[in-house]
Amino acid sequence: MSHAKRRSMFDRKIVRRASVDALLKLSPKVMMKNPVMFVVEIGSVLTTVLLILNLTTRRGHFQFDLQITLWLWFTVLFANFAEAMAEGRGKAQADALRQAKSETTAFRVGKNGIEQIASSQLRSGDVVQVSAGQMIPGDGEVIEGIASVDESAITGESAPVIREAGGDRSAVTGGTRVLSDVITIRITSNPGETFLDRMIALVEGAERQKTPNEIALNILLAGLTIIFLLAVVTLQPFAIYSAAPQTVFVLVSLLVCLIPTTIGGLLSAIGIAGMDRLVQHNVLATSGRAVEAAGDVNTLLLDKTGTITIGNRQASEFVPAPGVKAEVLADAAQLSSLADETPEGRSIVVLAKEKYNLRGRELGQMHAEFVPFSATTRMSGIEVEGRSIRKGAVDAIARYLQEHSSQMPAEVREAVETIARSGGTPLVVAENGKALGVIHLKDVVKGGMRERFEQLRAMGIRTVMITGDNPLTAAAIAREAGVDDFLAEAKPKDKMDLIKREQAEGKLVAMTGDGTNDAPALAQADVGVAMNSGTQAAKEAGNMVDLDSNPTKLIEIVAIGKQLLMTRGALTTFSIANDVAKYFAIIPAMFAGFFPVLNALNIMHLHNAESAILSAIIFNAVIIIALIPLALRGVSYRPMSAAALLQRNLLVYGLGGIIVPFAGIKLIDIVIVAMHLA
Amino acid sequence: MSLNGWLQIVVFFAAVLLFTKPLGVYMARVFQKQRTRLDIIFGPCERLLYRLTGVNPDEEMSWGVYATAMLVFSAATLVLTYLVERLQHVLPLNPQHLPGVASDLALNTAISFTTNTNWQSYVPESTMSYLTQMLGLATHNFWSAAVGLALAIAFIRGIARREMKTLGNFWVDLTRGTLWVLLPLSALFAMVLVSQGVVQNLKPYDTVKLVEPQAVTGTDGKQTTVTTQTIAQGPVASQEAIKMLGTNGGGFFNANSAHPFENPTPLSNFLQMLAIFLIPAALTATLGQMVGSPKHGWAVFAAMALLCFVAVLTCYWAEAHGNPLLHGVDQHVSALHSGGNMEGKEVRFGIANSALFATVTTDASCGAVNSMHDSFTPLGGMVPMVNILLGEVVFGGVGAGMYGMLVFVIVAVFIAGLMVGRTPEYLGKKIEAYDVQLSMLYVLIFPLLILGFAAVTVLMPRLGLSGLANHGPHGLSEILYAYTSATGNNGSAFAGLNANTHWYNYTLGIAMFFGRFMMIIPMLAIAGNLAGKKIVPASSGTFPVTTPLFTILLTAVIVIVGALTFFPALSLSPILEHLLLGAGQTF
Amino acid sequence: MKKHLITATLYTLVTAVLLGIVYPLAITAISQLVFRDKANGQLVTRKDELIGSKLIGQPFTGPTYFHSRPSAAGTGYDASASSGSNLAPTNKAFVDRVAASVAAEKVNNVPVDLVTASGSGLDPDISPAAALAQVSRVAAERHLDEAKLKRFVEAHIIDRQFGLLGEPRVNVLALNLALDAGI
Repeated sequence: MSHAKRRSMFDRKIVRRASVDALLKLSPKVMMKNPVMFVVEIGSVLTTVLLILNLTTRRGHFQFDLQITLWLWFTVLFANFAEAMAEGRGKAQADALRQAKSETTAFRVGKNGIEQIASSQLRSGDVVQVSAGQMIPGDGEVIEGIASVDESAITGESAPVIREAGGDRSAVTGGTRVLSDVITIRITSNPGETFLDRMIALVEGAERQKTPNEIALNILLAGLTIIFLLAVVTLQPFAIYSAAPQTVFVLVSLLVCLIPTTIGGLLSAIGIAGMDRLVQHNVLATSGRAVEAAGDVNTLLLDKTGTITIGNRQASEFVPAPGVKAEVLADAAQLSSLADETPEGRSIVVLAKEKYNLRGRELGQMHAEFVPFSATTRMSGIEVEGRSIRKGAVDAIARYLQEHSSQMPAEVREAVETIARSGGTPLVVAENGKALGVIHLKDVVKGGMRERFEQLRAMGIRTVMITGDNPLTAAAIAREAGVDDFLAEAKPKDKMDLIKREQAEGKLVAMTGDGTNDAPALAQADVGVAMNSGTQAAKEAGNMVDLDSNPTKLIEIVAIGKQLLMTRGALTTFSIANDVAKYFAIIPAMFAGFFPVLNALNIMHLHNAESAILSAIIFNAVIIIALIPLALRGVSYRPMSAAALLQRNLLVYGLGGIIVPFAGIKLIDIVIVAMHLA
Repeated sequence: MSLNGWLQIVVFFAAVLLFTKPLGVYMARVFQKQRTRLDIIFGPCERLLYRLTGVNPDEEMSWGVYATAMLVFSAATLVLTYLVERLQHVLPLNPQHLPGVASDLALNTAISFTTNTNWQSYVPESTMSYLTQMLGLATHNFWSAAVGLALAIAFIRGIARREMKTLGNFWVDLTRGTLWVLLPLSALFAMVLVSQGVVQNLKPYDTVKLVEPQAVTGTDGKQTTVTTQTIAQGPVASQEAIKMLGTNGGGFFNANSAHPFENPTPLSNFLQMLAIFLIPAALTATLGQMVGSPKHGWAVFAAMALLCFVAVLTCYWAEAHGNPLLHGVDQHVSALHSGGNMEGKEVRFGIANSALFATVTTDASCGAVNSMHDSFTPLGGMVPMVNILLGEVVFGGVGAGMYGMLVFVIVAVFIAGLMVGRTPEYLGKKIEAYDVQLSMLYVLIFPLLILGFAAVTVLMPRLGLSGLANHGPHGLSEILYAYTSATGNNGSAFAGLNANTHWYNYTLGIAMFFGRFMMIIPMLAIAGNLAGKKIVPASSGTFPVTTPLFTILLTAVIVIVGALTFFPALSLSPILEHLLLGAGQTF
Repeated sequence: MKKHLITATLYTLVTAVLLGIVYPLAITAISQLVFRDKANGQLVTRKDELIGSKLIGQPFTGPTYFHSRPSAAGTGYDASASSGSNLAPTNKAFVDRVAASVAAEKVNNVPVDLVTASGSGLDPDISPAAALAQVSRVAAERHLDEAKLKRFVEAHIIDRQFGLLGEPRVNVLALNLALDAGI
């Protein structure tokens, strides 16, 4: 829930727009896509026509018939409103995004130098130059230079990010702004197909297609609707046999109460809201299918670095060489790291301070000369006040010692090996040609990861850590982090093979990735989340993009997927369970006039036949509105086993679904009787 | 209700429980072609049968081929029965010289027995010759049961198999079900029945002199004296055995298992009820065995047993209560009589055994009766009707109950799956739109036929209502029950309805036909689809189908689908009749 | 399809012979050998004359015999047309019929089985209560000692099978035949 952007549930502007949309959606063309609500609409039309006919022939019971007709229309409108609300929230977001999409000038690098053109004229393959303060004119890949970029328009994150040529942080998005330096970009998408365009379409729900589970559920609901249609249509002949014929108003009321209008009315809202929740978490999915698949994931592949461990190693221990005091080693290590701005370097300074109370000194006052890390020496260090300190990997330092005709003590070599075996990285420190000891750099597992993996296990999801480390190191970290399995010395192909192996067993696999070499695996995985900071290839291959580039987000994505399905299931159960109470309201009301003994079924003691039927139909309509917040927010989800989850949901939405309408209908009955409406 | 009555009911459930596992495991072995002790006897028969009929036992069939073979076979057996009925007057073993059966009745009966319904629009002892009973009807008791068994096994294979296109071989399943299961059990049971007094002969009907001649008034109003009694005979035990074991239920005599020659003693009665549940109950264990989850089998068994027990409870309670309209009559239970509503019930069975039998025979799609459901109290009579309306899945017919139940399992798992936030899975198979679509089609056929036909019938005074024996809400019950029984392939009746008319013979025939085959086709298609899927390994994220929670969910889905669909209709028939009975109204 | 048709036809014919001819005939043969009396309906003869079956009820309506239950089989106890009345509990014809039977029995609180028709119409039994309710009438008609007749009836009570299954009962034909034979 890191950067979830919260909007109030009922924003006034959204409500206003949704109210209008609800009316527009009455068009049969739109309604037909939702068989349950379409049946209600047909019923409404039927009663309306009949109401008018009865008015001309002065038959029927106008006040009652009118109220029924109105509430039937309300039922349809409420369902439309729910859908429009969900869409409205998306549209609001899309509007914000559109502002970022304003026309800009692009500086295209052509054969004859740089030319100015409108950004809308850029085509895939064009090369443009963007300098500080300018807007990036389209999606692309940095091919030259490095720059800091403000991506807040898309991610909502105000801190600038670094984009550079080559490597895994080369992708840039149109509509974001370069803050410093100059970069050359190769455009990778045509106008209208940019990332921003896709994102707008997505949140607006314009390209919304029904997901597999939604289709299946729709079929179930359509089936139930037909069954209840049968039950109601055939009831009239039975009523005629019993000399107790019913009016169309009553029969349509019964039908509408029985068919699953609650879930039917909220179904598409739930789907849209699910996507919306994902967007609020700064994740873009290319399809609703991917969101559903996230709920089904069996295996989660997580990269060690950056996901399970904090990206960088940290110093955890100083192991001095024989005859060297630990304080001396710590002091040398700290000195050598003062100018080292890498996280590793900083962690050494901190450790020395914490453990040996060595305060960090200011380099400027000491006339020190910093020796930066270079690929040839593979050491870094410092020259200060006659001291020459170096730190580096064991073989680099060994070479350095040899140059000073010195030897690496056996004890130091031993310490190096022990550290390596435990999953750490040893860094040897030498001063003036003499080995002082070893710094233990440790992979630090992010806080709370173990708990998260336990939650995942409870949800039935297996976690596999992917790392380039050797198996020994990998095993140590895997143990510490509490993942179920690990893949050590992993090459891109190994990752791919692992995914295929899991899928062959029928499992669904999710993974994150950012590099171009991750692309095939991202494409193969059922849920592939590309980091927004990653390469364009990775973003194209995956079916989701995390704008925050936070690999741990995968866990939240899974939860959102599950929540989406659960909300559908819970409301379906609730909707069907409601029918019990509605029967006890309507059936006695229909027939007690002919057979007073049937009042025995009027267990709610509703006031009279008309108030009973009205109460049921009003409850049926109002419950849709009442459940909109739940549909948009999703049912609460805490990671637990499926059995426990089902038990809880059955209790809340199954049993609750039976009980709530009894109370609700009775309450409405009291109110409408008090208002003399029946 | 008496302590002894409860004891008999408990002992019955215990007996069912006792046989479930051994028979279920045995059937799993039979259909998976594993070795059994009976191989020595039936192995050669099986091979001979394949050679005579040109069956290649190693051929594997897709669901479409399996369904085609089943349909063609059912058609062939239907034709044979129709011909035997029509031609019985020129065929042997007709000592009473009964004429050929009329065409509409012959067709209705042929469909009825082919579909395992065994609805009888006729009085057998005055309509069917011994040969017709043996060759035309008893054979169907085997065939239709074996077909049901084969289909259930095919469905189970669909669940158990992974990434395969086939469901087995119809002819092999049919043969092994007949030879290894139905035939030996029937032969054994038939002999036990004879030992209890069920007749088994081919002699003409006996005529005996009445001890006390009776003066009776004929339909023409003339007084005559009856001095003799004609006692119908026949090869009853051999047919009775498979009638129960195959959940067929078509009586050799009109009174069915109430007839003393079909069901002479309390023990024969107990064993008949046990025989009805024997194979359907055992199939739950077969399911558990074949899908590698015996606990799942028991969970399904538990759902069935629970529904059955509640039904028995209700029916026994209602019947023991008696009829408030009878005055000067002792209906209280005592050591000297069972009391209660005894109209249509036999003294040797009393209330408890009649209520239990009525529940068992309608839970399973058997339809045999040892008491007349039409004369039950309104609520007591609603129990058998509701049992069928639930879809004949509470143990259900041989095979048919299992595959019907599995369709409900799919619906239950679908809803449960969504509620735990995953694409629903059943034993590792993902339940997708196609499966839901076919399951809903399966569920839909039932109310369509029952409510559709009943609604049309009640609107036709001449064709529909003239056959009623009782009026008021009970008349509606009779019509509803008829189409329910036919569609559910049960065969029991509110027998006051005279259904031997063109209208009823044809419409009930259609209901029986579609109630069987229109449900089998989608069911097999689901099985075929499931067989082709991967199996997702279970994890704690998968909703377990082995727990009491699953049993409760499954029960709830069955009850809610059934109750919600039929409650309006029932509220105008048995429920209304019950309330009016309390108010003292007659019709 | 053609192959299916041939197989189905052959299969039907072969199994029809096995299940429709061989099986019932084999059962008949064994039954006739092992349970001859039972397989033939346990017929009862008196003075070389067939007078009934132990299992099939007969109508007894006269005052000197223990009455059997009302029957809806044919004109009553027609063993070639077994049937229940199939009357509903709310059927006026049913309530009236029971009232007539109650009046005919001339006892207070008639045991219910004595005034209701059985399912088969051939029920051979009545409940012990129904038999005992008739003792005083039969004793008076036949000039028998009532207590003695009561003991005689009690001796004819068939208990539950294994003391558990079914209900206690009295076989009316057997009781009346014994009565005719002298107590």
